[in-house]
Amino acid sequence: MGEMRLYMAQRLSALVMAPLVLGHVAVMIYAVQGGLSAAEILGRTAGSVGWVLFYGLFALAVAVHAAIGLRTILREWAGLGGLVLNAAALAIFALLLAMGWRAVWAVTFSAGAAAAAAGGGA
Amino acid sequence: MSELPSLHVRVWRGTPEAGDYAAYEVPRYESQTVLDVVSWIQQHLDGALAYRYACRVGMCGSCAMTVNGVPRWTCRTHVGKVAEDGNLEIGPLANFPVIRDLAVDMDPFFEKWVKAGGVFHAGATRDDPVAEIDPAAETRQIADAGIECINCAVCYAACDTVAGNPDYLGPAALNRAWTLLNDAKDTGRAAILEAVTGDGGCHSCHTMGSCAAHCPNGLNPLESIAGLKRAAARSFFGKGS
Ligand code: SF4
Ligand code: SF4
Ligand code: FES
Repeated sequence: MGEMRLYMAQRLSALVMAPLVLGHVAVMIYAVQGGLSAAEILGRTAGSVGWVLFYGLFALAVAVHAAIGLRTILREWAGLGGLVLNAAALAIFALLLAMGWRAVWAVTFSAGAAAAAAGGGA
Repeated sequence: MSELPSLHVRVWRGTPEAGDYAAYEVPRYESQTVLDVVSWIQQHLDGALAYRYACRVGMCGSCAMTVNGVPRWTCRTHVGKVAEDGNLEIGPLANFPVIRDLAVDMDPFFEKWVKAGGVFHAGATRDDPVAEIDPAAETRQIADAGIECINCAVCYAACDTVAGNPDYLGPAALNRAWTLLNDAKDTGRAAILEAVTGDGGCHSCHTMGSCAAHCPNGLNPLESIAGLKRAAARSFFGKGS
């Protein structure tokens, strides 16, 4: 049932991503309209539970979805199989998740974000 | 008849390790099939040419070859439809180990047929009454469509996923599994779903439809595989069958 679980996980992660992508694009369009500065954006994301959940979930879904897709490509195009294949997919998953969550952490809890929040994001 | 210009035919000779295309001139006839061309070469020019056929009428599924780059059943492929300026290139079916010349080893194909749960799972004995089947039932119509497969392996040769993933069961085996899943007389539902959801099962299909585009019998393995995916998803979420 391994392939079946991966298949379902990839479909479900796509399901999760679809509204988040729309939300993300909407926020991007809104954010650049008035010429928001980085400090202003950080001022809104710093310490925000809502944005942590939004982008934390987004990064998780991306990591799951992309790792499973790349696993298929590695198998069919690079001829990987067995343990090597699964280890490669896991590594991709871990890398994407680490990068994604690190970025979420950086705009929410890091010193820079805290400073921006303290500065009022003006 | 023989006023027609002759055909320039290139036929694969040998194995992939030690082989090449050989050129032959073959007289052109009306209503000539690609299998006629191969047979003419074997009978008149080179008796050692290895190839396979049986029924010559599109029923046995043994004559498939690669004709000008496309997998086809050769007994029912007219030369007039596929020759390009009188040129024909005839090779063994892709995605198979070549035994020699145009004959490939079909074992992997049929082994996967079995691996996909394609052997009928009988639930009744000769002592039981004959099962009553409604020919108009939707499941019966699906089974009736799938059962028309002649095991020619054209779809299997056309499938890029088979080429990339040697473990992939392939369109014909999965179409067979879907046929049995819809056959009211088959009692192996759980076994079939188990077989087609494993490594190389229906979830490996990329849904691009080469199989359906090339099946000479008009079957649609792509649709069968989509059906298997739906059935598997339903049972995954515990909604029974
Ligand atoms: S639809 Fe699926 S089975 Fe058919 S050719 Fe494409 S990958 Fe192969
Ligand atoms: S599905 Fe069509 S192409 Fe594939 S083996 Fe059956 S008859 Fe041949
Ligand atoms: S010889 Fe039987 S299908 Fe072509």
